[in-house]
Amino acid sequence: MLSKMKTTATAAAVASAFAVPASAELSGDLTIFLDTSNPAPRATMEAMIDRFKAQHPGLNVETTVIDREAYKTQIRNFLTANAPDVATWYAANRMRPYVEAGLFEDVSDLYAEPEIAEGLASTKGALTIDDKQWGVAYTYYQWGVYYRKDIFAELGLSEPTNWEEEKANCGKIVASGRACYTIGTKYLWTAGGWFDYLNMRTNGFDFHMDLAAGNVSWEDDRVKQTFMNWKELIDMGGFIADHQTYSWQEALPFMVNGEAASYLMGNFAVAPLREAGLTDDQLDFYQFPVINPDVELSEDAPTDTFHIPANAKNKEAAREFLRFATSPEEQTIINNGKNLGQLPVNAASSVDDDKFLQQGFQMLSSNSTGGVAQFWDRDAPAEMAKVSMEGFQEFMVKPDQLDKILAKLERARGRIYK
Amino acid sequence: MTVSSDIPETESWFHRNQQRIAPWLFLAPGILFFAVYVIAPVFQSFNLSLYEWDGLGEKTYVGMRNYEDLYWEYVDRDAFFTSLKNNVLWLFLYLLAIPAGLFIALFLNQTVRGIRIYKSLFFFPFVISQVVVGLVFTWFYDPTFGLLNTMLGWVGMGPINVLGNENLVTYGIVAAGLWPQTAYCMILYLTGLNAVDPEQIEAGRLDGAKGWSMLWNIILPQLRPATFIAFVVTIIGALRSFDLISIMTQGGPFGSSRVLAYYMFEVALSEYGFRMGYGAAIAVVLFLIMLCFITYFLWSMYREEKGH
Repeated sequence: MLSKMKTTATAAAVASAFAVPASAELSGDLTIFLDTSNPAPRATMEAMIDRFKAQHPGLNVETTVIDREAYKTQIRNFLTANAPDVATWYAANRMRPYVEAGLFEDVSDLYAEPEIAEGLASTKGALTIDDKQWGVAYTYYQWGVYYRKDIFAELGLSEPTNWEEEKANCGKIVASGRACYTIGTKYLWTAGGWFDYLNMRTNGFDFHMDLAAGNVSWEDDRVKQTFMNWKELIDMGGFIADHQTYSWQEALPFMVNGEAASYLMGNFAVAPLREAGLTDDQLDFYQFPVINPDVELSEDAPTDTFHIPANAKNKEAAREFLRFATSPEEQTIINNGKNLGQLPVNAASSVDDDKFLQQGFQMLSSNSTGGVAQFWDRDAPAEMAKVSMEGFQEFMVKPDQLDKILAKLERARGRIYK
Repeated sequence: MTVSSDIPETESWFHRNQQRIAPWLFLAPGILFFAVYVIAPVFQSFNLSLYEWDGLGEKTYVGMRNYEDLYWEYVDRDAFFTSLKNNVLWLFLYLLAIPAGLFIALFLNQTVRGIRIYKSLFFFPFVISQVVVGLVFTWFYDPTFGLLNTMLGWVGMGPINVLGNENLVTYGIVAAGLWPQTAYCMILYLTGLNAVDPEQIEAGRLDGAKGWSMLWNIILPQLRPATFIAFVVTIIGALRSFDLISIMTQGGPFGSSRVLAYYMFEVALSEYGFRMGYGAAIAVVLFLIMLCFITYFLWSMYREEKGH
């Protein structure tokens, strides 16, 4: 295993870095605000910051971990009132309000440095607004269909590669008394994932981005086609009932108990599924199948990011921290299976040999030629994301209301994009 | 040292006006904080509702545009209409807490061994956090393992998904809200019942009053102050309903359980909300609705005071 050997090698390299502190001495305070409040990511981040501290003994690093949901509303206050030196956030349109308000520091200079220019080329686009870069990515993960291999085997199904196979599989799963897909739409965004895939597979990446940018009418026939494809799955009873009452975590037991056969989700769903007792023999992954063979495949791969607030006090140290966090060694460590269990952003780092990460990495690097989307609520403006995801949820419960829902979204489009 | 006989002639201004000033001095801290934290924000909200502002960048003056948008949302039966409709539902249904509280209070107003424990148990839901109440009811209504559907199963009914059905969801949340609110009204009435004059009951009994007529003609009139307070807290409670909605449904499914307070939070302060001016406009509407009740309450209290 090449990647494993590489990991060991880099671990050794980092260990030796402890012994010899870096020559550029940084001093003063460095405050870091993190939204990685779940236990595993929190421990990963704290360990990484400890390694950073060891390299810079003169620097007094203070870390504040804020609950992930609360962070989303608090960021507005602390960016203006009490800015840290480094803050976590999300790429693409999700950072636009803060960029436009002048609250994030332009870090284009970092991307001019050769190591970062080469290493972080793949995520540069997601962090670019107005030809400038406003932060660095530290992790990303694939989306796709996680499914119960044992149930597929029991019913004699194989991984679908096109829409006909997908529907045929689903028909057999429903006939066996199960739902094809589990989903919990209480917090809406999970429905956004379904819309992303169905629309990208039906109309392609560029159309999808045009829609997110408000350039296409929601009452366009192509958009309707996306919903018609969705409706086929809904009408055959493909989704679990009462999904509007569940969070994404509450939807997991349906898959664990075998009441649903698969889950369209981000790779972060693997950890709780394993914890709930599913082994790697029972759990597998496939790329969302082709619907329209004329469009290139494109994927959702949300990127989590570090930014330097414009009001930060110690920007020099903050830049050093960004360099450190995106370095090939750190990227390999923090994204490995024991830590975040996601994909590293630096091209020079190695992907953990976890089977889901390997498959995801393969898929994103070689089988996503159409483009890589962030996620519906990061690509579309916040308000449009909210209104539309509410519409998706309503559609999933009452598919016959489609025309009314699309009319409402079209009205919202007229108001939101100016 | 001056001689004490000088003092009456040079009595200080403060000394002369002490009687008039003292109350204002005592009120000053309260008035100051009320003005800074309540009155001023009311006017700030009015002002903000005339702007378009994402909370970060520059404000743009848009005049009455936000209110126009609200009007069109009302006409289109969109989110604002739903919120307003749900607020009205809350207002009426929440009032059920008053009779319910009264009957529990009457029931508990007896001297039995251990009555204090029963009273505390009935009062318990008011003491626990609304968040806990919300979670308890969310589990109670859960479509797969919830107690409600299990119980409906016993009588051969259901299953129903209360919080996932756009027609039932508000009733479901109000029922959760009634649990602590009934306890609150109960405690108000229990204190009120302590003050009921036993001689009047005796007199009523001699005149042949029993059961309902005793309650209606003798007890209830004496409970008027308690009823008044129960009305005030219940109506205010209904209009500011927020926590239960946030915990139980987040305004869903597809926005059908929103009320004005939650909608305001959603558009201005939540994860996807960046419309401060619009949120302020909703807050102003909510404030005007509350103002009707507040004026009525203040007016009736004023009248009461004058009567005495």
